[in-house]
Amino acid sequence: MSSALPVDSTDEIRIRDLGERVGRLMMADQRSLAMIRAREIGIYSLLILCGLFSLLVTAAILFVLITETFNFFRADEVTIANFLGSTKWNPLLGGTKSFGIWALVSGTMLVTVIAMLIALPLGLITAIYLSEYAPKGVRGVLKPILEVLAGVPTVVYGFFALMTITPVLQWLHGGFDVYNATSAGIAVGILCFPTVCSLAEDALQAVPRNLREGAYGLGGTRFDVSVKVVLPAALSGIISAFLLAIARAVGETMIVALAAGSLPQATFDPREQVQTMTGFMVQMAGGDVSNYGTEYYAMYAVAFTLFVMTLVLTMFGNLVRRRFQETYE
Amino acid sequence: MSKKSLHEKSFSEKSPIEGMPIRDGDDRVKTDRRFKWLCISIAALSVLTLVILLASILLQGVPHLSWTLLTSGPEPNPKEAGIRPAIFGTLWVCTICAALTLPIGIATAILLEEYQPTHKVGRFIYGVIQLNITNLAGVPSVVYGILGLTAFVSMFGLFKVKGDTSPYEIGARYYDQFFSEGERSILVPVDHFNSPTIKLTSGMQALDVDLNSVPIFIFEPGDPTPTDDQLSYSLMADAEPGRITKKSWYYFSLPLGRGVLTGALTLMLVILPVIIISSQESLRAVPSSLRAGALGLGATPWQVVWNVTLPSAIPGIMTGSILAMSRAIGETAPILIIAGIVYISRAPEHLMDDFTVMPLQVYNWIGRPQPEFQGIAAAGIILLLVILLSFNAVAVMIRQKLQKPLS
Repeated sequence: MSSALPVDSTDEIRIRDLGERVGRLMMADQRSLAMIRAREIGIYSLLILCGLFSLLVTAAILFVLITETFNFFRADEVTIANFLGSTKWNPLLGGTKSFGIWALVSGTMLVTVIAMLIALPLGLITAIYLSEYAPKGVRGVLKPILEVLAGVPTVVYGFFALMTITPVLQWLHGGFDVYNATSAGIAVGILCFPTVCSLAEDALQAVPRNLREGAYGLGGTRFDVSVKVVLPAALSGIISAFLLAIARAVGETMIVALAAGSLPQATFDPREQVQTMTGFMVQMAGGDVSNYGTEYYAMYAVAFTLFVMTLVLTMFGNLVRRRFQETYE
Repeated sequence: MSKKSLHEKSFSEKSPIEGMPIRDGDDRVKTDRRFKWLCISIAALSVLTLVILLASILLQGVPHLSWTLLTSGPEPNPKEAGIRPAIFGTLWVCTICAALTLPIGIATAILLEEYQPTHKVGRFIYGVIQLNITNLAGVPSVVYGILGLTAFVSMFGLFKVKGDTSPYEIGARYYDQFFSEGERSILVPVDHFNSPTIKLTSGMQALDVDLNSVPIFIFEPGDPTPTDDQLSYSLMADAEPGRITKKSWYYFSLPLGRGVLTGALTLMLVILPVIIISSQESLRAVPSSLRAGALGLGATPWQVVWNVTLPSAIPGIMTGSILAMSRAIGETAPILIIAGIVYISRAPEHLMDDFTVMPLQVYNWIGRPQPEFQGIAAAGIILLLVILLSFNAVAVMIRQKLQKPLS
């Protein structure tokens, strides 16, 4: 048997070498075990710090908005009754200052309603088409186009509203102002359309395949299956998509700043100019922001109102999706 | 039996349930077909919208595209107006923003996806963080601008600034600037903006305009005129200096003011939730068998993340991050709130320098009354869209090429 294991000097050296290397490796492991543990703990704490940063951001938003809004209401010329009960918003006129938030809220609502009249039905129908009807080739073309539409900066939509939509509206009907709520609303609708579409499509895609197959097996047409079976099953996701899109429209800034005008008034006439909450903030920032007067703090009060509105919409939207999600096994 | 006769037969049959007529099969097919055409026309409408949008911008912008647009500042004369300072502003802000946001965002996503807590309290905290991130993603960007205005620009008024300069600063050097008899600028370094003027003596070293050390000559009014080779660096004994500041690129002072760093920090708040959510989705897509395998080989949690999960998730994370950065490039409202509309004629030179970004410059031009500026705005939009579309193309390419199915 000794011939099978010839031990000459070079082999001996090699084996001793190997032994040494294994030994070193084991020693090395033992030596660094404490270090590995320390590194794990160090990295974990670093990650936790990063995670807590997002909580810090929320805390900072709340702190800033609440304290500055408090400063706003401490001013003599401001009362909560005026803020919540009036429809007159004249923060800059010396003698007749009035801070009625409804003038701005109604402007925001008018633009949002027009935008949603466009984005919600069109977005939902396109989502149904993409999810249930469209052949693969059409999907491959339509999805990137929607992504491009979603990626266009809002200032571009603002330019489009002002330079293209408004002249077309004025050509169709003479009563439109240069700045009007309809033009801004249409542009915001185009902006929200891809959001609605992709979120609603996700919800439709999440409906299990066997529901569709069952409905087809019972003799349903494609319309029956998608509108009477898949749509109700995905309803929570679709409502959530709608609410998130509304929140996006409410918070949209550059389009309304460019195309909706700067006259705060409580009107329901979509041909007139309105000022939204975001539009007011931009107006203040574009002017002299270092002014620490009441109108400067009014910007924070408006921001707080906007924050609360979008937060409620977003939270409600996410709640609907999570709570009322139909689960199929 | 032909199709038609089957149809007629089913139509004539009586309903099996009393009082409930069989629906007309033909009608249902018609509804389906109508709905399909409705869908197709609406989908076509969205394509048409994009075409009209691009066409209207190209029509207005292409005649104004020129080399001047790229190389000059926003001059008041439309023929000379350009977007160069804004391009550099965008470059500065977005680079700093990416450097700050990516580590924090990806780290948060790793924490939430890879370090799942086992304890009840831990799970509650994770739930709170997750809910918080979802809600932050829905906060309008203009609100982040308002936050940046208080938290970064004025820093809650914590740092009182007396006079021209902040007492809390690094990366700035101060000089007394003299103009010599030979009309050269001569700089004498001083300690601080408010330090007293240094007494000049003949033969002392000072700095010329390129900060090279040179000896200077002082002469009194009665002295003979200096020789020609001395003239460039000769000063009258009673020469009056002006105090100037030179700032390095990392110049930093508190409060942050309306500078590049403030812009980057504010944009960071805007895109942080976007990056966290997209990174979380990419990490979630990594099959758990890979993690289990690595853990089974004795890897620690971080070794699993660093060697297994992160490399598999990196294409998705990159795609999400690039899309988030393209959003940051196009974001106008928060920058408008913190920087205001100011005339910026040069590229930023340090972290605290005033700046403007491309979409803000475009917004500024749209608001001008002269119609030429609308065309220049459209040309600026074309540049902006080219940058954003190339970002999107890179993202799509990464998604197509690098993302292989892992299970």
